[in-house]
Amino acid sequence: MTMSGWRLRVLAVAAALAAGGAQAQTVKVGVVLPFTGVGAEFGQQVDRGMQMFLKLNPGAFAPYKVELVKRDSKNPSGAEAKTAVQELIAQEKVDILAGFIYSPDAIASAPLATAAKKPMIVMNAGTAWITNLSPMISRVSFSMWHSGYAMGEAAAKTLQAKTAVVGYSDFPPGKDSLDAFRRGFESSGGKVVDAIPMGGPGQVPDFTPFFQRAKDRKPDVFYVFVPSGDHAVAVTKAYAALGMRQAGIKLIGPGDLTPDHKLQAMGDDAVGLITAHHYNADLDNPANKRFVAAWKQEYGAGATPDFMGAQGYDGMAAIVHVVRTLQGRIDPDKAQAALKGWKYADSPRGPIMIDAATRDIVMNEYLSELVKVGGRLVQKNIGVIPAVKDMCKELKEGKCAQ
Amino acid sequence: MSALPALQALAARHRLRWWEALPWAAGVACFFLFPNYLAFGTQVLVTILFALSLDLVLGYAGIVTLGHAAFFGAGAYTVGMLAAHWGWTEPLSGLVAAALVAGVVGLLSGWVLLRTHGLTLLMLTLCTMALLEQAANMFSSWTGGFDGMPGLSYRPILGLFEFDVLYFRSQYLYALAVLLLCFAVVRTLAYSPFGRSLTGIRENVLRMHAVGAPVHARQVTAYAVSAALAGVAGAVFVQATGYVNLAVLGLERAAGVLIILILGGHGRLYGAFVGAVVYMVLEHTLSKAYPTAWQLGLGIGLMLVALYARNGLLGLGDALRRRWSAR
Repeated sequence: MTMSGWRLRVLAVAAALAAGGAQAQTVKVGVVLPFTGVGAEFGQQVDRGMQMFLKLNPGAFAPYKVELVKRDSKNPSGAEAKTAVQELIAQEKVDILAGFIYSPDAIASAPLATAAKKPMIVMNAGTAWITNLSPMISRVSFSMWHSGYAMGEAAAKTLQAKTAVVGYSDFPPGKDSLDAFRRGFESSGGKVVDAIPMGGPGQVPDFTPFFQRAKDRKPDVFYVFVPSGDHAVAVTKAYAALGMRQAGIKLIGPGDLTPDHKLQAMGDDAVGLITAHHYNADLDNPANKRFVAAWKQEYGAGATPDFMGAQGYDGMAAIVHVVRTLQGRIDPDKAQAALKGWKYADSPRGPIMIDAATRDIVMNEYLSELVKVGGRLVQKNIGVIPAVKDMCKELKEGKCAQ
Repeated sequence: MSALPALQALAARHRLRWWEALPWAAGVACFFLFPNYLAFGTQVLVTILFALSLDLVLGYAGIVTLGHAAFFGAGAYTVGMLAAHWGWTEPLSGLVAAALVAGVVGLLSGWVLLRTHGLTLLMLTLCTMALLEQAANMFSSWTGGFDGMPGLSYRPILGLFEFDVLYFRSQYLYALAVLLLCFAVVRTLAYSPFGRSLTGIRENVLRMHAVGAPVHARQVTAYAVSAALAGVAGAVFVQATGYVNLAVLGLERAAGVLIILILGGHGRLYGAFVGAVVYMVLEHTLSKAYPTAWQLGLGIGLMLVALYARNGLLGLGDALRRRWSAR
């Protein structure tokens, strides 16, 4: 053994000891998601996505220790989530906040993140101006403007549509999606001839009267936003029942219209549906293939991740990135610096990045057409719009300008 | 002068008993014992106040309502919108404004609705709340709608105590003080001749008509006072959390407070305290231990109470005491 080799070994031991010191400190992450109530399905997707990341990347945190403290945010009142976050900060002394399905939950909790200086990683809440509420917020999910604006442009350019009617569920994501689509479509030369509010998000309404009104306007495309889930199934049924396809009206929308786990239930009526979104389970890239296969292995062949699952996965990737960059000692300013401009190439949705200026996500939007392959409904990729930013903040629309 | 014993008992029933200091001592003790849970503690206090307001109509006047959150929401939106649009951030005057607005809503809706009773009344109270909720959704540029009004902040209480964003210390004591004040009002009312006439209406409305009591006017008055108190609860809720959205008007809140009051025992002042504390502490601890399955435990608990304690937890306590003294 040479002298220099021996020295190197001493150094390695010293480094290991130093790492051991860092290891002793456990990073606590507070995860606030709805585990019960109407949002339980969404909370489960994000939670499973986070678990999937840890399963597919064993030892992701090593040598640092990370503890997840899960709290149920229950209903979308904001107050429940805020109470949970206050206790996570005061009692559990968490270093990082994560989760937040409903926008009110993130909006109500933002002042706490600012006051306590805790990095807050939003894994769903899609109201565009959320990231403006606190310098501690970063979003790994989406804003309604990502898909809405992209679909608007694509409808005019790719689908060659001149006129459109918009039908939307009458709550903030619906109105945001309408505004985003209108801006994208009209800036590319199209014209939105009617916008129809179609009831609230709570229950699935009878869509027939709304769709009849849309049909009577004879647009080229009918853009529909409804909450992902049972609403979407009812939309395609009403579209088929009124013979709108035969009347030459294309049904389009954001990916909320084609939730991956409800896809097969939508039946043949849905074939030909065109959507823009940042994720679908049929995306053809190695990371997604691995992700979907592992998901089915863990939760059964009938289970499918959807965009919320992918967001949970990427959210966990962001947490791992922060913990590793800061070597297990979370300093809020350094954590925010590490997140700003963070790039991640191995996301199931393709390359993603956190915009350093807005702390919002930059990602691809995929244009998909629903086709039938071997008796199964599959989302066929018909176009990619790369590196899409939140256009609401880019264009400084309304509250996004503040 | 030697009065009849029954008359003496009637005259003395409003006197304070020693144990009535216990809830307040416990409230102050919690402030020191659980300094990290005061956001949750504030929510409990607000819920007690809300349940107490419901007790006045449900427990004393016997008016069954499923729409009491309408008044909670009216008070909540009053202080929320005053702060967001007109910069009126003084908390105490905000409470007064909230009580007035909610009281007027209660007076007007009660004047119309209380001509009905039973299931019709139940449906109409529910409809009133749904109408207000839909109005708040329609005028979302004013109310913030589903996404709510973010970052509301209020001036220090009495110009002295800053609202504590992180630890909710001042919010907790503020809510406790407001609760004490409102409790004094409800207690006085309950033991007053007015309160007795409400109980009379609840027990036998025909007889009250027969003795010439102004039944409708009494009911409407009770309903309006109760609405004003619910409005104060809503206002404290918004001032403490600094946030308001459509959920303040929802059926979930209206039904939840009804369950809490029935769990504790209605028509007995302290039922609101027992019900809110037991229900919320149970929910809170169970949901932390089992984030996905806590509702099962809570549901079983409620079923047991419904089956074996018809008059709520306080009623159960009474029954046990009677059995004990009968031995």
